[in-house]
Amino acid sequence: MSGTTTATTWDAQAFEQFLGSLQEPDWLLQKRRQCFEQFQQMAWPGRDEEEWRRTDIRTFHLERFALPGTAPAAEVAAQPLLTQGVEVAGRVSTVDGRVVEQQLDSQAADAGVLFGPLGPLAAQHPEAVQPHLGQVVNLSYDRFAALHGAFWSPGTLLYVPRGVRVEQAFHVFNTLRQPGASDFGHLLVVLEAEAEATLLLEMAGGESGGLHCGAIEVLVGPGASLRLVSLQNWSQRVWHFAHHRAVVQQQGRIQWTIGALGARLAKVNQHVALSGRGAEAQVNGVMFTEGRQHLSYHTMQHHQVPECTSDLLYKGALQDHSRIVWRGMIRVDPGAIKTNGYQRNDNLMLSDHARADSIPGLEIEADDVVCTHGSTTGHVDQEQIFYAQTRGLSRGEASRVIVTGFFQQVFDRIPIPSVAEALGAAIRRRVRYYA
Amino acid sequence: MTDVLRIENLHVSVADKPILRGVDLELHRGEVHALMGPNGSGKSTLGFAIMGHPGYEVTEGAIWLNDVNLLELEPHERARLGLFMAFQRPVAIPGVRMADFLRLAASNMRNPDRQEGEELIPMRQFRKELLEKMKQLRMDVEFARRYVNDGFSGGEMKRAEILQMAILKPKFAILDETDSGLDVDAVRLASQSIAEIGRKEMGLLIITHHDKLLEHNPPDRVHVMLGGRIVETGGPELAQELHQKGYDRIRAEHPEAAEAERAMRAETAQAP
Repeated sequence: MSGTTTATTWDAQAFEQFLGSLQEPDWLLQKRRQCFEQFQQMAWPGRDEEEWRRTDIRTFHLERFALPGTAPAAEVAAQPLLTQGVEVAGRVSTVDGRVVEQQLDSQAADAGVLFGPLGPLAAQHPEAVQPHLGQVVNLSYDRFAALHGAFWSPGTLLYVPRGVRVEQAFHVFNTLRQPGASDFGHLLVVLEAEAEATLLLEMAGGESGGLHCGAIEVLVGPGASLRLVSLQNWSQRVWHFAHHRAVVQQQGRIQWTIGALGARLAKVNQHVALSGRGAEAQVNGVMFTEGRQHLSYHTMQHHQVPECTSDLLYKGALQDHSRIVWRGMIRVDPGAIKTNGYQRNDNLMLSDHARADSIPGLEIEADDVVCTHGSTTGHVDQEQIFYAQTRGLSRGEASRVIVTGFFQQVFDRIPIPSVAEALGAAIRRRVRYYA
Repeated sequence: MTDVLRIENLHVSVADKPILRGVDLELHRGEVHALMGPNGSGKSTLGFAIMGHPGYEVTEGAIWLNDVNLLELEPHERARLGLFMAFQRPVAIPGVRMADFLRLAASNMRNPDRQEGEELIPMRQFRKELLEKMKQLRMDVEFARRYVNDGFSGGEMKRAEILQMAILKPKFAILDETDSGLDVDAVRLASQSIAEIGRKEMGLLIITHHDKLLEHNPPDRVHVMLGGRIVETGGPELAQELHQKGYDRIRAEHPEAAEAERAMRAETAQAP
């Protein structure tokens, strides 16, 4: 499937060899070793586990993929979608787990912003990295988390010091190119108190097959504000496994938009923990699937303390024989009174053969909270198509206008116009027509 | 030399049930025709068949726009030739702004060979035009930003249909009960609006129960439909008669059509 002819052994010897290729401080290598031990002890998750009940990975074989960073060096082949016509404050581009391009605006650098490959920055600035790396995401959550913890590469750090506000976006572009290559991207974002930043993460490529086993760790400090966009736009031959988690402290705010367009199979956990009073999270999801894609996204809005707000809106459109699973949870810890939590998932079925599973959930252990959820599933209405046709739109044009309109409610929430436009255009390109 | 829409012996079935049973009608650009008749007589069916709704199957007869056989064309191709229908129940398209939708529609109408993705009417130019038309129709500018028919009141929907007609400037327009659900003042406004946006440039087929809509748009011809056929055609006085006295005389004088009407009603009543 992957195009590689030789099987890769992900054993202790390969791991030590991998560690030898890194120039990382001991504390970091130690963390990797702990994860590798867990990886060795754990089994792959099975369909008897609730999270994996609808997601079949029996045809996934790790040994068919190369260790990250070991494929022959290559240039970035994919085109980024999110930064067209946009000036960025910094850029990191990677191919097959290797950093090939890095750049940081001098003004941001002078203000103390750290942005670039995580390993070297961890060595130079342990105080910015050590307290957070591997602390936000639980790297023993499952075998994929442990595998990632052992082998993550490339890593990218964005660190914004207290009170520093960066107007322009940072862009991280992780790509896959060689057959059977893997990307174990680890993104660590730390915003100190009152800092503000925008980060656009984009994953693309992998036309010859590939593996992504990644993680995103985010810490939004008191009063800080982060706008984060992560677009998964792999080819439909890539396996995508990821753990994302953000912790938002007192009066902090995160606006997190996930775009999920690619991958053969994706299993993603996107968790947000509101850990300080008055913290706010807005979570947006834009998903489009076709062919036989299977995307499984598990979201958590974890209210740990009183007076926090979370608002989630995931929208998906499904074409052909594809499938989307969304499982969302709002968890309110004991004592987290005056919580305001909302989650909504809408799916638009563009084919009778597609399937959407929408599973909202609430776990509330505090009084005096407002938590609600909603979910809808619908079809493109023939009458909508006809109506648009009587106004001169062809059937295909009408379909694309109607499907884009379905996502407009999410696009309206995305504060970065270029991102909403790019997502809209990417979806329009994929929509065929509906009879 | 004027454009002409010609309907010949049109038979239309919906879900294999015959609704229209031989309709003939000729409408010239610049004329106003009223199409009246009791509920369920097939008036809206004629509109949908002219526009090419896939659920309305033409089993016999023809529809011509000049020398073009419309039955061979898709609905959007018919629209681009200059056909328009103001829907009795306009369809909502959530997430699509009126202004964007109309700009796309107008670009297609004015450049009938336009392919998807090709150039649109310049934003500024279109905006100016849209705002002018909305002002003329006494519509709030906020309207342009709202999603197509989404959450519109009955009256707003009908006005939005008239706005679309004003922007798209069709050669022929079918107004399917554009007056229903409107109060007297709103009907008068709609009626005036239709007159103002250049009735003389169009051929109008006004499907209506009221004579109010006809007040500002006096019909050259009034057709009465019963049981899937046009059974009488006359002048404005016919509309007045029907409005005042109803359809009893028509039914009495056309017993075969009245019987067909009863049969169609019985079937509709039985339908699940």
